[in-house]
Amino acid sequence: MNELVNVVDWSRAQFALTAIYHWLFVPLTLGLGVIVAIMETIYHRTKSEKWLATTKFWMTIFGVNFAIGVATGIILEFEFGTNWSNYSWFVGDIFGAPLAIEGILAFFMESTFIAVMFFGWKKVSPRFHLASTWLTAIGATLSALWILVANAWMQYPTGCEFNPATMRNEMTSFWAVACSPMAMSKFFHTVLSAWTLGGVFVVGVCGWMLLRKRNVAHCQRSLKVGAWVGVIGIVLTSITGDSSAVTVAKYQPMKLAAMEGLYKGDFKQSIVAAGILNPAKKPGNNENPYIFDISIPYGLSFLATHDPNAFVPGIEDILNGVSYDSNGKPLNTVPYAERMQRGKQLQELIAQYDVASRAGNKVAVDSLHKAINADFKYFGYGYLDSPEEAIPDVPLTFYTFHFMVTVGGYLMAFLLIALLFVYKPAIVDGKKWSRLWYWLCIITIPLTYLCSASGWIVAEVGRQPWTIQDLMPNKVAISDLSAGYVQTTFWIFAVVFTALLIADVSIICRQISRKSLTDLDKINN
Amino acid sequence: MDTYTLLQNYWWFIISLLGALLVFLLFVQGGESMLMHHRDGDERSLLINSLGRKWELTFTTLVTFGGAFFASFPLFYSTSFGGAYWLWMLILLSFVIQAISFEYRRKKGNVYGTRFYDTLLIINGFAGPLLLGVAVATMFFGAEFTVTKSNILNVQAATISTWGPLHGLEALASWKNLLFGLMVLFLVRTLASLYFINNIDDETVFVKQRQLLKVNGAIFVVLFLATMAVVFLQSGVIYDEIGVTQLQEYCYLRNYVEMWWLAIIFLIGVAMVLWGIGKSVMVPAYSHGIWHTGIGTVLVVLTLFLVMGYDNTAYYPSLLDIQSSLTLRNSSSSEFTLTVMSIVSILVPFVVGYIGYCWYKMDDDNITRDELENTDHKY
Repeated sequence: MNELVNVVDWSRAQFALTAIYHWLFVPLTLGLGVIVAIMETIYHRTKSEKWLATTKFWMTIFGVNFAIGVATGIILEFEFGTNWSNYSWFVGDIFGAPLAIEGILAFFMESTFIAVMFFGWKKVSPRFHLASTWLTAIGATLSALWILVANAWMQYPTGCEFNPATMRNEMTSFWAVACSPMAMSKFFHTVLSAWTLGGVFVVGVCGWMLLRKRNVAHCQRSLKVGAWVGVIGIVLTSITGDSSAVTVAKYQPMKLAAMEGLYKGDFKQSIVAAGILNPAKKPGNNENPYIFDISIPYGLSFLATHDPNAFVPGIEDILNGVSYDSNGKPLNTVPYAERMQRGKQLQELIAQYDVASRAGNKVAVDSLHKAINADFKYFGYGYLDSPEEAIPDVPLTFYTFHFMVTVGGYLMAFLLIALLFVYKPAIVDGKKWSRLWYWLCIITIPLTYLCSASGWIVAEVGRQPWTIQDLMPNKVAISDLSAGYVQTTFWIFAVVFTALLIADVSIICRQISRKSLTDLDKINN
Repeated sequence: MDTYTLLQNYWWFIISLLGALLVFLLFVQGGESMLMHHRDGDERSLLINSLGRKWELTFTTLVTFGGAFFASFPLFYSTSFGGAYWLWMLILLSFVIQAISFEYRRKKGNVYGTRFYDTLLIINGFAGPLLLGVAVATMFFGAEFTVTKSNILNVQAATISTWGPLHGLEALASWKNLLFGLMVLFLVRTLASLYFINNIDDETVFVKQRQLLKVNGAIFVVLFLATMAVVFLQSGVIYDEIGVTQLQEYCYLRNYVEMWWLAIIFLIGVAMVLWGIGKSVMVPAYSHGIWHTGIGTVLVVLTLFLVMGYDNTAYYPSLLDIQSSLTLRNSSSSEFTLTVMSIVSILVPFVVGYIGYCWYKMDDDNITRDELENTDHKY
């Protein structure tokens, strides 16, 4: 059993490592892709050499970042098979399709047109080149769409049915999978947050150049596009964040409870704006969940349901099956202990189905099939050893969520001010405090990366212990490997990715530094 | 033939086609393995910039091949990737180090220096095709796995696919697999020479690559004949209507005979491969060999994949439990999923169309030293 726990932990660690490294590069690709395309559009319309120089400056950085995103992305796709082989069979019928569509529709678009974007300036017409730049950005966004559809399905499995004859889930509605509320909110929230990061990156790099008084006109051009994309990104990220919270409350109430460190829920539930969790708090004991907290009345009820009076269940309520509708009537929510019992019964029914199927007993097969489908939503609970196993890591989910929201709020203010300074440069130019502002622009870049990574930690850690919500816990999803093997590959990837990250950051910094010394009002520099 | 069977066969055709295109596009890796023969900086730069405009296409085809395999035959994905862990991890690592090397090799501040990145490209150039060849060879010569789907109900040992303790390293110790891998390696090196002759306008590169073509082409032909002899003599696993499997002697030779149209395509492909190599060796002014040999490669590999899975043959034979062997029937996605993906696959000709158009526009003129000097984005 210890070996099993180790394999699960190392497999999770390896996937988390790969995903976090991958996500360091993807949002900049998504954000900067749109920014570069807008800049080239302005060049196409104005025919200004200055805009061409600015476009090429950012395009170079885009290229460096794109390459490492590709390198880390391939591992992620294949790790579903190498480290999560049971998962690959159990839900491959549903999960594989978005991945294949991503390859056919998005990856080829990206990889074909990025070559034209970089090497086609003198080989294709300006209009075709502009189209290629946009298609590269669109390809990257489409790629994000399909992988996020797949991820959203793991958070909220829908449009499928379990087939006991094949021991797997099978898709019954493609549109239910592709257009689920979880998929839509996840896609828009994620991609728009990437626009925010792209915008902040441009503002931060310009801040560094303005600090050294290099290429001021180029910075002003860049800031115009970067700040606008950033502002649009953060405003829409906030709006989609709100819809994400509603979908999480509806489909993953345990995750929401962990995000808030909420053990006992209530009507008119307040939200913790800032707080420190009490490490002694466990489900069932009488400790205060917080050592310190600043709460906003009605906040969580409103955030989760858009009704300030609604009931929001806490961790203990969910474990005990306590919940109420908007009129205060108790809902028929099944306690986790009963879910576990029903899950174990299901496993027995499926085993009986297997025997009946081999014996050719069609009557028994049909009757068992119906019984299995009726209760299948509790299937995964049959693998749990205790109800408490279904609680995610509360401190990690709580603190990353609050960090994300706090930094998100800061980014809103920061980007609006940056936009104001673009149109009213006299406010900042030549002022004593201008250096402070430029430094703030620079520091905001890593802060935004941390914010972005925090969002993913909330989404993925908050789903634990499930690989597929309610259907498959991690310990059942893994491959038949020894912990030593996975540990070895984990460290290999850790070393390789870190070495590549060092090179990536170094090249980008050197490119910015070197090019900032040239005249960015002209091309061929 | 019912609709489900038809869909399974259709998707095996798509997988086979993607596999065939991937083998052709591995000329990029073949070209990377050639870097060791071009130590001069400018020559090497010409080669790398020529390959650098194509590497993402190969990479994307590999990723799509994996994604399409996952979507259409998830039990293969589950069994082979989780089982032959080390083999696939080595393949992936070799492609990870490639993905950044083109872009980073000449960039200021790349920390490790140009030679380091060139070495990574050379490693990918040899390891990528060799290991992919070994992985494909296990689909002919078998692998050490068992599949028991009902294991998923056992929480203590829930994995449905189990593998021998070496987890893919044993595949590298099989001479048949290695022979297959080496054949693929020398095929893509041959294709690379033909590609460079067609794509680079430089006398030094031309002369050197023609010389390399003669050597690699000859080695490839010998390895190809030996590999085909081993494949044709190999026993395979066939299955009946209810899925019961049995061993079949000379399985793949039998399949070529029974599906004679595939044998004809195979022979046409072989003739085109040899024609492209032969004419390029014999006629110094001839530079279009890549197209003959490339199309021939696609045809040959396509039929090899098809005889592997069609005609009631298990495309992934198990060496531990013959009944666990993977077939198009027991490893595919559901009829609904295959139907959905088939609708999406209607867009494939459109995708191929724009790739072809862009390739045509980008390769309108051959790469020269002058062009490299006057471009602002080069590798």
